[in-house]
Amino acid sequence: MRQSFFPVLTVVGLLLVIWYAAAVWLNADWTYDKATRSGEVVTTTSLIQDTWAQKKPKLPAPHQVAAEIWSTTVEKNITSKRSLIYHSWVTLSATLLGFGLGTVLGTLLAVGIVFNRTMDMSVMPWVIASQTIPILAIAPMIIVVLNAVGISGLLPKAMISMYLSFFPVVVGMVKGLRSPDQMQLDQMRTWHASAAQTFWRLRLPASMPYFFTSLKIAMAASLVGAIVGELPTGAVAGLGARLLAGSYYGQTIQIWSALIMAAALAALLVGIIGLIQRATLKRMGMAQ
Amino acid sequence: MTSAPVISAKSLSLTFETNDGPVHALKDVSLDIEKGDFVSFIGPSGCGKTTFLRCMADLEQPTGGSMTVNGVSAADARMARAYGYVFQAAGLYPWRTIGGNIRLPLEIMGYSKADQAARVARVLELVELSGFENKFPWQLSGGMQQRASIARALAFDADILLMDEPFGALDEIVRDHLNEQLLRLWARTEKTIAFVTHSIPEAVYLSTKIVVMSPRPGRITDVIESTLPKERPLEIRETPEFLEIAHRVREGLRAGHADD
Repeated sequence: MRQSFFPVLTVVGLLLVIWYAAAVWLNADWTYDKATRSGEVVTTTSLIQDTWAQKKPKLPAPHQVAAEIWSTTVEKNITSKRSLIYHSWVTLSATLLGFGLGTVLGTLLAVGIVFNRTMDMSVMPWVIASQTIPILAIAPMIIVVLNAVGISGLLPKAMISMYLSFFPVVVGMVKGLRSPDQMQLDQMRTWHASAAQTFWRLRLPASMPYFFTSLKIAMAASLVGAIVGELPTGAVAGLGARLLAGSYYGQTIQIWSALIMAAALAALLVGIIGLIQRATLKRMGMAQ
Repeated sequence: MTSAPVISAKSLSLTFETNDGPVHALKDVSLDIEKGDFVSFIGPSGCGKTTFLRCMADLEQPTGGSMTVNGVSAADARMARAYGYVFQAAGLYPWRTIGGNIRLPLEIMGYSKADQAARVARVLELVELSGFENKFPWQLSGGMQQRASIARALAFDADILLMDEPFGALDEIVRDHLNEQLLRLWARTEKTIAFVTHSIPEAVYLSTKIVVMSPRPGRITDVIESTLPKERPLEIRETPEFLEIAHRVREGLRAGHADD
């Protein structure tokens, strides 16, 4: 952790510099327009001051986004519709439910594929085909169809998350469950082990490193799914709703703060999986 | 040699069908292994020595002839857990401790917890690894890992030990040491051992019977009964008797190659 602290800080610092410079460059047109109309003269100082403090900038400066995040998290009641914590929680709950469902579905499919030749031949092509459909196209369908059968709220969004997150779990777990080599399988045979014993004692533990890697990808995909799922619902609540509402009203600062929040959420969730991975593999003796 | 042989093969054949036509991995192989024998199989690559061992273990299906292990078919013997098999690689599970790895077949076979613990302790002592029960495989050297894998094959009640080049990947010094240990272990446990090797000195040093094989088709060219005493210090390898047997093995190997 400590060794990566300074490199990470350096990269963040560099990004901030580029961001501030880009803000000046992209927002300058508006500053010049305003100046022409009021007849003011634009100096370098006033240009920088103005481009970093516009109300609806093309690219808000980092401190504007930070201020927005501060005022919509710390300074708002979390039950308020204007609280970013509230919206994050809406998205998070759909993400976690979808992630859970996707992990279960993906693992079950992988077990089926590894143990059943028919499933291996028939299911895998569909699993891959499912991911070639643009999620933006299919998400409204899922919302509409589920609404028509009376399911609304959390579950339709979670289904979209599941749709994206089961895929890496299937692919990773098929690879993981097949990772024991022929010698290890022969060895089980010499002990006359049953298929169930081979699964629980050899295949499943051997798949754990693959499982956790899949989970990290699945978690990120699940968050994207939940945000996409919030777009066609009419932007009621959630980070996706904040993004959509922001783009309706040209609230770029709101869009960017929702984006940063989503990124922070993803980093947090993937980080938690990483910690569980480290602890589990260490307990299993697979990490030194 | 009054009792029935432990392992008996009668004109055993195994042919693999490939795109380039049939490959005779084994052809008309007949051999009896008596109880308490230490039999080594030696020969160049492709002579079918490992295939023969895998037939005994019911890991390959012969296409002709017959084979009995403990008086029953190889498949029945496997299901009765009649043998322990040691592979070339130790194949220990990295997520299990040494003790946990040795316990693995015992768990599968349904031994009681108390019995498992007693057996693990006993076989660890047998391969001189007492005190390493709670270590993980990566904390042990290659030689120690292979000893743990032998312990695992000894942990359950099988009278037969099948070993497929168990020391092939280890260096000469470690190999000498393990050979000595294996002989001691064989004397203490009175198992019947079938041992596949590439090394002439190893075969002569360990065996009561050396089976020389040759390829295309895989067959037995010579069976040499060792005249060495059961008590064998490492120095025995410099005696004329030892060199005489080694010479005969080498002659046998050369004869197998004469038709190439």
